Amino acid sequence: MAVATNNDALLEVRNLKKYFPVTKGLILMKTIGYVQAVDGISFSIKQGETVGLVGESGCGKTTTSKLLLRLENPTEGDILLEGRDINTFRGAELQDYRTTVQAVFQDPWSSLSPRMRVRDIVSEPLVVNRNVTTQEKNERVAEVLQQVGLHAQQATNYPHEFSGGQRQRIAVASALVSYPKLIVLDEPVSALDVSIRAQVMNLLKDLQEQYNVSYLLIAHNLATVRYMAHETAVMYLGQIVEYAETEELYNNALHPYTRALFSAALPSHPDLIREDIVLQGEVPSPINPPSGCRFHPRCPFAMPQCSEEAPVEKEVSPGHRVSCHLY
Amino acid sequence: MTAVQTATDTILEVNDLKTYIFTRAATVKAVDGISFNLRKGETLGIVGESGCGKTMTALSLLRLVPKPAGRIVEGEIVLNGEDILQKSEDEMRDVRGRQISMILQDPQTSLNPVFTIGNQLREALGIAHRENKSSMLSRAVDALRKVNVAAPERRLDDYPHQMSGGMKQRVVGAIAMSCEPGVIIADEPTTALDVTIQLQYLRLLKEIQAETGLAIIFITHDFGVVARMCDRVAVMYAGRIIEQGDVRDIFSRPAHPYTQALINSVPKLEQSVDRLYSIDGQPPLLSNLPEGCRFAPRCPYVSDQCYEAYPQSYTLNEGHYADCWALDADWQGTPIEEFVPPTGTAG
Repeated sequence: MAVATNNDALLEVRNLKKYFPVTKGLILMKTIGYVQAVDGISFSIKQGETVGLVGESGCGKTTTSKLLLRLENPTEGDILLEGRDINTFRGAELQDYRTTVQAVFQDPWSSLSPRMRVRDIVSEPLVVNRNVTTQEKNERVAEVLQQVGLHAQQATNYPHEFSGGQRQRIAVASALVSYPKLIVLDEPVSALDVSIRAQVMNLLKDLQEQYNVSYLLIAHNLATVRYMAHETAVMYLGQIVEYAETEELYNNALHPYTRALFSAALPSHPDLIREDIVLQGEVPSPINPPSGCRFHPRCPFAMPQCSEEAPVEKEVSPGHRVSCHLY
Repeated sequence: MTAVQTATDTILEVNDLKTYIFTRAATVKAVDGISFNLRKGETLGIVGESGCGKTMTALSLLRLVPKPAGRIVEGEIVLNGEDILQKSEDEMRDVRGRQISMILQDPQTSLNPVFTIGNQLREALGIAHRENKSSMLSRAVDALRKVNVAAPERRLDDYPHQMSGGMKQRVVGAIAMSCEPGVIIADEPTTALDVTIQLQYLRLLKEIQAETGLAIIFITHDFGVVARMCDRVAVMYAGRIIEQGDVRDIFSRPAHPYTQALINSVPKLEQSVDRLYSIDGQPPLLSNLPEGCRFAPRCPYVSDQCYEAYPQSYTLNEGHYADCWALDADWQGTPIEEFVPPTGTAG
């Protein structure tokens, strides 16, 4: 696997794999197979930039984010933060990692505890991982609340007193409070209303400039990714099929799956409807993925070779990698 | 008053419909005086944010507004030449399913998990057809074949959990169309589906529409779905239709500041945008609506006149209306900026 080693990369993922065992029987649990949720992906995130992960449900986007947050341990492969493998972190080092990497989840109705005041929700990453005095804590909470567009006085309110957009701002404030270097954004705007989405996306972009924080953006909406991400990875059944700078990918998509995704994405004007490739059928099960190229049963350009041999990743132009026998 | 053109092929006409929900604390004006019409074979998109009254409009058209709190207080719903608001509950049973039907957002909750697909399809088919078991069975197979379900004979014995989301939504579609209604209301039918599956479903609806001349009301918050599917669009804000017109008029020459802002605040697939326009604030509560124009507190062009009275409806083009004082010839405030439609390609 060719991995470009990047010196200015904040986080580097190398040949990452996560298999979940499928078991049978209650007492003598026999492993009868594996769900290959993430199967050998590599990418890197630069300081202050955003990498977008796109793909349909079940393609391994969320498992990837869990691996980065160290909520799951990988089956194989490394995740390097500033050159150090995060899976070797223990004790204080791990605590430190947890303040460095934060997350914002999709649904602000279920991600905020209804029994905690905003101040306690926002300051939790500080209290758990760093020794701070109450005064320091309150000052920092007031500061981040203002940065995300809320009032410092609202720190004593409960989440139910806020609207969806405001709740997502609280979640962002909480992710930001401990000066993280990387924030994993798992569908951060898809649960919000159209007019509120733009507010939250603009906020996230502003905060990135201010804090020089990196984002891993997980989204299924291609337009959102184009707006937010510097680089974009397209995932299919646990693998990255195409990876490029966002503008390059959106102007020059190569992999048939990427092109199919663009065809299926909804146009922003009725005159811009274009249907290059319409996929038949659905995503196969990741327990027994198709042989060879995993996309071949749905691919309109499939050749005999595709079902036998898995394609090797090729760099077609600087920074633009694609895994397909066509190239 | 909005001029509603009556053509001979009009299948549904809604005039000044008002649906309120009466709670102890306040009266929620969920639908507050909307008018539109729908022709045979046409697709009308109703777009708006959550809480703008889209779903209450749909429920009103089927007369399924939750009782006793919700009530249609005024207006007319003329379906196939008859005002369904004058019908008795018994007569409505003949209307629902046969003349007008609905597809809901989440196929997971609209199918019953303890009955097979075949059972649920036959129940729906039974409204229009009372026949022996074997001919009902073949009707069910036909219904599934129409929505492109592979191997329909075998699928009849499946339970909903054995099917994927896209398949389930097809079954819901088959049930909605089982009695050949003239109008189908689709309330966000594809939001629960993946993008490639969404495209398959939208194409299927188009195909069925071309074959049967079905009229579809598409309720959605996604302008992409509207651009892909609809012939005409009605934009709702806080219980009112603030602009309606032909789909190309709305996307190329939106007149109302809210429509413009909404289209501008959506990131574009085909174009790289440096900064998205964002509308400050939030929509008003339907239980506590501002005087005058409901968008006034968030509108960049607002003037005193906007807070005094709800704006008149102005005709911009044939069939293109918008409710905004800034469209008046005597408007004194800032004129509305010209809208630039998106260009470019992707992929």
